[in-house]
Amino acid sequence: MAAASIGRPSGIATPRSGRALPVAVVTLAILLVWYLGAIWLNAPQVIDRYGDQPWTWQQLMADAWSMDRPVLPAPHQVAVELNRTVFQTAVTSKRSLVYHGWITLSATLLGFMLGTLLGILLAVGIVHVRALETSLMPWVITSQTIPILAIAPMVVVVLGSVGLTGLLPKALISMYLCFFPITIGMVKGLRSPDVLATELMHTWNATPSQVFWKLRWPAAVPYLFASLKVAIAISLVGAIVGEMPTGAQAGIGARLLSGSYYGQTVQIWAALVMGSVLAGVLIALINLVERLTLRAMGAQT
Amino acid sequence: MSRALATGLGFTVLLLLGCWWALHLVHGGPVAAGFWLLVLVLVAVAWLALDRLSAEPVTARIVPVLFGAWLLFLWEVVVVGFDVPRVLLPAPSAIGRTIANSLGLLRADFVQTFVRAVVPGWVMGCGAGFVVALLIDRSPFLQRGLLPIGNLVSALPIIGVAPIMVMWFGFDWQSKAAVVVIMTFFPMLVNTIAGLAQTSAIERDLMHSYAASYWQTLVALRLPAAMPFIFNALKINATLALIGALVAEFFGTPIVGMGFRISTEVGRMNLDLVWATIAVAALAGSLSYGLLALIERMVTFWHPSYRRRR
Repeated sequence: MAAASIGRPSGIATPRSGRALPVAVVTLAILLVWYLGAIWLNAPQVIDRYGDQPWTWQQLMADAWSMDRPVLPAPHQVAVELNRTVFQTAVTSKRSLVYHGWITLSATLLGFMLGTLLGILLAVGIVHVRALETSLMPWVITSQTIPILAIAPMVVVVLGSVGLTGLLPKALISMYLCFFPITIGMVKGLRSPDVLATELMHTWNATPSQVFWKLRWPAAVPYLFASLKVAIAISLVGAIVGEMPTGAQAGIGARLLSGSYYGQTVQIWAALVMGSVLAGVLIALINLVERLTLRAMGAQT
Repeated sequence: MSRALATGLGFTVLLLLGCWWALHLVHGGPVAAGFWLLVLVLVAVAWLALDRLSAEPVTARIVPVLFGAWLLFLWEVVVVGFDVPRVLLPAPSAIGRTIANSLGLLRADFVQTFVRAVVPGWVMGCGAGFVVALLIDRSPFLQRGLLPIGNLVSALPIIGVAPIMVMWFGFDWQSKAAVVVIMTFFPMLVNTIAGLAQTSAIERDLMHSYAASYWQTLVALRLPAAMPFIFNALKINATLALIGALVAEFFGTPIVGMGFRISTEVGRMNLDLVWATIAVAALAGSLSYGLLALIERMVTFWHPSYRRRR
């Protein structure tokens, strides 16, 4: 989704000096707004329940933050639900968010791997074959203006009707979504060696495969990692949406859907937080691998 | 006319004739193994034609169109020739007929989803992201605090707020527009902040030596420099907005809307109509993207990426 960060790796210059304090302040401000919003949004229902009884502001506050099915649950309610479903429930149970998170994660990772493979292959083809560049590249871009995510449920249902169920349909949606940033990033990366370097390879009489492995591929690695970070995030979104069609049994998307059917807002928010944590962890992992790989390749950091 | 061009055009004519013949055969009745040999030959001819045509700058522009038509042809021939069940994948011609037969329905869905939810949501989300970015830009403290959070949020599966928005704003288009606003806000915020940071110290010093005010610097220097980033966000958001509105409709709608149509017709295994809706959505997505790209070209004509390649 954040395709903005494809392109030059580390393109966005972030002011690095002392980020901890501002981030903490902003986070606190968001929490404060959330609590206030919880009062504001839940108050009508709470007051409605009081009826004619007299009530105080403290009472209203306490009740608005501890409703059973709040319009907006307070952060601590979500935290309690997370604690209950993540740590207090056996991971094999269908009530455990770890179980649902794992289902989503496995589809995400499978789709991510397939998409990465497809994306790299397409990029290599586009860079080396002229006819592919002129004919395929515009369609790679057009393919992303199609709201594929919206037909994800159809893909799942249709593939299910021919016997393909479980992991694969979701992974295919993830794959379709995440091959794009990889192709775009890798085409840029494989083309990034400058003319001098390619001409040097030429004077050394390097074969095309030598040029690829010793010049183009190493040059493209930083671009690859920038794309991978975007791709894994989209891949997760694809897996979650793929779990939304009716009949989906497990996964974060199924939790969202069942929460919305039964009005369990706390459950929806807990699933959302779980999805966000997954996204954060996956991106952090790629960051780590990126740092290790680039250091091993002798990049100056 | 060069040799490559002449052979390329020759192959194209051959390809068109061959495809026309193949379509005629495949719609005429069951086909034999010889027919697939013809298709294989056509694949080779298509490859040669595309290769020759993309060598010439004049004809390279029509290559994508030709390639797209070629893919449609392959889809049609394979689906009809192998008698693929309609539930799995309808042929393009069947989808086309469905579009022509249900124009009224498709138009109502389009208005409900695109005109009522996507466009207002996109405008509000992008506008809010832009304004907040301008406000934050004046305070380095807020910038340092919000940029990491904004980056994080853009990577999150925000689409998950759809059920919550449907609960808050009801089943009609308002909830879909709300989802679109939330989805488009953060990419715009992050991109605008990054874009506003694009000017170098020398350029800002120059504006300073002209005694330009904050607003003059903003309008004359920093906003133009930020335009490539802003347009990037606008284009990403055009796709995101459509996705957001369609997915939000899975969580509850009045009985109209493209997302509603897709989810209900899938349930009834009426795949022709589903694909017709998808075609409309794809067309709307591609056209808005193309329109934005066109405007971008006009606004950021100075950008190196638009210089003619030597």
